[in-house]
Amino acid sequence: MRNLTPSVVVASPATLQVQDRGRVLRLVAGGDWIVAEAPRLDQILLGLHFDGARDAEIDGGALEQLDGAGTWLLLRLKRGLEAAGSRVTQFIVPDRYRPLLEAIERGEVAAAIDMHPRRPSIENFLERIGRATYDALRQGYDMLGFLGRVSVETSEAIVAPRRELSFAALIHQIEETGLTALPIVGMLAFLLGVVLAYQGADQLKRFNAQIYTIDFLGVGFMRELGGLVTAIIVAGRSGSAFTAQIGTMRVNEETDAMQTIGLNIAEMLVVPRVLGLMIALPLLTFFADVVGIIGGMVMTYFDLGITIPAFMRELESAITVRTLLVGLVKAPVFAFVIALVGCFEGMRVERNAASVGKLTTRSVVESIFLIIALDAGFSILFSVMGI
Amino acid sequence: MGGNGGEDEVVIRIRGLVNAFGDSVIHDHIDLDVMKGEVLGVVGGSGSGKSVLLRSIIGLNRPVSGSIKVLGQETAEIDNENFRGLQLRWGVLFQEGALFSSQTVAQNIQVPMRRWTRMNQPLMDELTAMKLSLVGLPLDTAWKFPSELSGGMKKRAGLARALALDPELLFLDEPTAGLDPIAGSQFDALLRDLQQGLGLTVFMVTHDLDTLRATADRIAVLVEKKLTVGTLKTLPNDPDPWIHEYFSGVRGRAALNA
Repeated sequence: MRNLTPSVVVASPATLQVQDRGRVLRLVAGGDWIVAEAPRLDQILLGLHFDGARDAEIDGGALEQLDGAGTWLLLRLKRGLEAAGSRVTQFIVPDRYRPLLEAIERGEVAAAIDMHPRRPSIENFLERIGRATYDALRQGYDMLGFLGRVSVETSEAIVAPRRELSFAALIHQIEETGLTALPIVGMLAFLLGVVLAYQGADQLKRFNAQIYTIDFLGVGFMRELGGLVTAIIVAGRSGSAFTAQIGTMRVNEETDAMQTIGLNIAEMLVVPRVLGLMIALPLLTFFADVVGIIGGMVMTYFDLGITIPAFMRELESAITVRTLLVGLVKAPVFAFVIALVGCFEGMRVERNAASVGKLTTRSVVESIFLIIALDAGFSILFSVMGI
Repeated sequence: MGGNGGEDEVVIRIRGLVNAFGDSVIHDHIDLDVMKGEVLGVVGGSGSGKSVLLRSIIGLNRPVSGSIKVLGQETAEIDNENFRGLQLRWGVLFQEGALFSSQTVAQNIQVPMRRWTRMNQPLMDELTAMKLSLVGLPLDTAWKFPSELSGGMKKRAGLARALALDPELLFLDEPTAGLDPIAGSQFDALLRDLQQGLGLTVFMVTHDLDTLRATADRIAVLVEKKLTVGTLKTLPNDPDPWIHEYFSGVRGRAALNA
């Protein structure tokens, strides 16, 4: 598998002769002592056993080629002999390789350093658990601080707008996160409406209650699914973009430049994104509700033969404005969380490109997790409130 | 190591090289010979195509026309198999070291060894330690990750990786860019030592006049898509205004007189 390519032909294979002349052990190296021959030479050399306590000569005078790896092996041989108690009286290499020998001999003797001290072990495992726990807590604490700062900055920006909050930036964010998300949100909501209506109709048929598919669809979509799906899509689309944008600015030291000029980073970068998304996400959610129900309508028309006027009548009796509002009221909260996490992770980017990618992934995972957790929280809250 | 070939053996022979991106011609029929055992410095203004020249020689950039022979083989004509054989005989140090960020320095140095030889782990570790001490890095650098190293250390580690398989030919892209003057001159000295010790032929793209003075045997200047080859003695008298300015400007004179 790891064969050298055939193009690296060793012109003359490396040789090592061991001549035992009584008091003197003579080792004669010949041929090409090069890196391609190193694995073989290594095995030969490791197979040698020195009984020690006599003179040794290493004669490489007849070497045809020598490179760094070969030189290292010769030097290792010499050190091995010396360690076994021999006295190396001669160490010969061709003159043209003298500088090479000297360059390598000058280096520290480092035969036995452990190159891989980071082996997995129980201690490492425990250490990693501890570190991860600490990091998670630390991050929660930092995020709480960021939440406070962003809340203050955002409410200040609304109550007493300062010059730095640019209206254009806000509109730009609404366009980026809202308008350009319409096709994907619409497409997915429509398909989800189709799927939901099909599944609902299939089950309700057994009770001969197909008409309630429409209730199921309308209430399910408006209260829960529309908002949830839109928030998840936006977290993947815009939350990640926030992290990547702010993170790239950190890598380029743009945020540092802003700070030295005296610009408020939170106000310049975070507030427009938070406010923009808080405006865009409810609108997107409403759009998703409508398109999703249209998807269901198409499905019930073909699957159950319910006409559009009949569908509308049933829908009207099933849902009220409150149903819609219960779904929509969650959207700004989701938006706040997505923007908060996206910007927070963006601000944590270190000055290297790899960190942008890592934190972008983390930002998406965290915001989706928080969205679903919050949605569960809302469900409990609403049921306690009896809504 | 290439044995005891004659001193004026040509290692890289470039004839009529033309490089262009779209309509903009970068190199217009360039000729260049790099001799065995010499250090050739390549200089030129920003965007003059120094790095493109280097990338053309090592096969990362396909020229429009012309011939590039490295170690006697025409790079454009040989098949992949033989090209890999050629790649084994050169090492490349990229500008920022280009260490693989997910691997430790030791693993980085062992990548070429693992790919191309059947050495076992202890031998690779020994050779890694040897390479580290050759490039003047402390041995505990071995298990550090590139993100834990300073710029100068990254370049040294990159150099150790370039030297992993004992190449005959070394390509350097701006080896001292981004280093402070002390680290830069240490790197120059290291380069000179290694080049003489290991008998390397070095093709070096650089901006740094101090590096040129300390290491280069000959200098090739890329101006107006053409190459002018000379030495630090001859180039300041060159009729071309850019070359004259480069070597006789305030910075140039200071470096040459130092």
